[in-house]
Amino acid sequence: MLSNASGEHSYAISGPGAGRAHSLVFTSLSKTYGGLRAVDDISLRIPGGEFLTLLGPSGSGKTTLLMMIAGFVQPTGGEIYVDDRRITDLPPEHRNFGMVFQGYALFPHMTVAENVTYPLRVRGISRAEAETKVRSALALVRLGGFEDRYPRQLSGGQQQRVAIARALVFNPDILLFDEPLGALDRQLRAEVQVELKALHRRLGTTFIYVTHDQEEALSMSDRVVIFNRGRIVQAGGPGELYERPKTRFVAEFLGTSNCIKGQLVEKAPDSCRIQIGQRQIVHAGRPSASTGEILLAIRPENLALSPTEPVGSPNRVQGKVLQAAYHGPTSQVLVETEIGPVTVMCLAQRTLAELAPEKPVWISWSPEASVLLSE
Amino acid sequence: MNTIAAKQYQQKTHPRMRFPTSAWLLVLPLILVLGVLYAGPIASVLWLSVTDPSPGLGNYERLLTSDALQRVLWSTFRISALTTLFATLLGYLIAYTMLHASARHRHWIMAFVLVPFWVSVLVRAFAWLTLLRTEGVLNTALVSSGIITTPLDLVRNEIGVLIGMVHYMIPYAVLPLYANMQGIDRRILNASRSLGASPWTTFIRVFLPLSAPGVAAAALLVFVLALGFLVTPAILGGGRVVMIAEYVRVQIMQTVRWGVGTMMASVLLITVVFLLAAMSRVVDIRKLFGAK
Repeated sequence: MLSNASGEHSYAISGPGAGRAHSLVFTSLSKTYGGLRAVDDISLRIPGGEFLTLLGPSGSGKTTLLMMIAGFVQPTGGEIYVDDRRITDLPPEHRNFGMVFQGYALFPHMTVAENVTYPLRVRGISRAEAETKVRSALALVRLGGFEDRYPRQLSGGQQQRVAIARALVFNPDILLFDEPLGALDRQLRAEVQVELKALHRRLGTTFIYVTHDQEEALSMSDRVVIFNRGRIVQAGGPGELYERPKTRFVAEFLGTSNCIKGQLVEKAPDSCRIQIGQRQIVHAGRPSASTGEILLAIRPENLALSPTEPVGSPNRVQGKVLQAAYHGPTSQVLVETEIGPVTVMCLAQRTLAELAPEKPVWISWSPEASVLLSE
Repeated sequence: MNTIAAKQYQQKTHPRMRFPTSAWLLVLPLILVLGVLYAGPIASVLWLSVTDPSPGLGNYERLLTSDALQRVLWSTFRISALTTLFATLLGYLIAYTMLHASARHRHWIMAFVLVPFWVSVLVRAFAWLTLLRTEGVLNTALVSSGIITTPLDLVRNEIGVLIGMVHYMIPYAVLPLYANMQGIDRRILNASRSLGASPWTTFIRVFLPLSAPGVAAAALLVFVLALGFLVTPAILGGGRVVMIAEYVRVQIMQTVRWGVGTMMASVLLITVVFLLAAMSRVVDIRKLFGAK
């Protein structure tokens, strides 16, 4: 939607290839507040042009990291570089990063046009040039014609567009987003996600995006960095993180996972057998340890639910339905099994009678569906 | 659009409250107290100003003819305006400092702002007299240290009145200013910095305009209160600086010209009412002072 509206004004804002996308590097970056380690020894390289999302629960340090990138928080240790330039001590106004704040942080006493002109004005850009840039930035976010409105006269979604236009009008080296969609309703959020992704493709600028919403992270990013307690837990592409989580935290934070503990009983070259209670199951993978406790994660959508025993399946357990929640296209069913409570996601065509509480059912999955977790 | 919708919603769901007749009985004692102690005396002041010594607008006519009255009005206005200027300016500095101080420092500053609040205005005026008079602490120190040879005239003139009044008014300026500044979203200031503005530009272009309602509230409050000052100008002005309240006191207590006295009191009252009415057209007064 963003791309088709910008039209002939797009020359004023850098498109793909116009200007170089800038990389960002942290080396052992830390921030401590009193004894609390908000960001704990983080090293990361963000290549130019990447859409990187910092994802984590609140208090995980992702916002503190973003504030250090923007220059509002001074790190207690480590360095930040843009390309090869050290910017650790540079004040925010000299970093040339665009930022979209949580709650938009528009200037309430300025009109839309004045808000978007502001970064150009403080840079001493001529009135004529600024006007052209502002017009194309507003066209880019489909807000042409709203120049003279005040922020309070706009809807949340429109305010958000103004904030984006203001952050990109001065061709920043890097664009930062601090939970920008938090205040929008679900439908609008999905719409803006698509637009942001399109904007990123169009500008080719490095985007760094902070959110606690895993769906947002998965749908937009080239790469997601998952934070917990000030540290990076796992980084990777959205598919990789979802399908191959390394820890229980990642498995449970990104979507839902059934985490099952068992004992390793037999190790083959490309699979292993695991004892869980009275059952033995097969996992298509090779744990590094040869014996001991094993932690497996299985996604609810990879579990099959059947009223009778699925004899052909290598992994099957018996149980009874505890409760079922209807979600439209799918239903989420909680089943009490011999290996503990398990959540199953199944297509909602199943009759409700089939999923009634106390109903005996069988659950099965393929050996490839389970993922070995390290902790 | 959201706020308009919200307002409409509010109006729809909260129509003007209807009081059942029995509810008025509950409010009646308060209305009586207010009537006897407040509305009654004000009405009688207004009444006296047009009836004593003879019915008509004779007392008000003096405003146009009497040089003495015009002098009193002018010095009242001038001193109040200067007090407003300095108190608001100092109050702004104090509130701004409090906003950026650590919690501990903020509490100390607030305490120092508020302590004079609880000291009698009389005590404060005499304290300033002790400090500022010719043989006072300040002049003695300055002369004996050789910085000046003749003592400065700091009291029994307008400077003395201004010093005393500004000091008295600072808490009234600080409180609305600080409340307003606290309400300014820090993210908006951060946004300005991230968009390339220096701290100074951010202050001038963003913070200052956003604190304007606080400045308006502080200035209005200080000005209205300053118009009616009695004790401070009487003591620190040493009889040479006569403001409206002192003039009214003299008319009623000494020369016993009730008509002129009540006329001046009415002028003060009407001025304040008009001032508030005029300001309320520009800003929401109830919101300004936190009643909403």
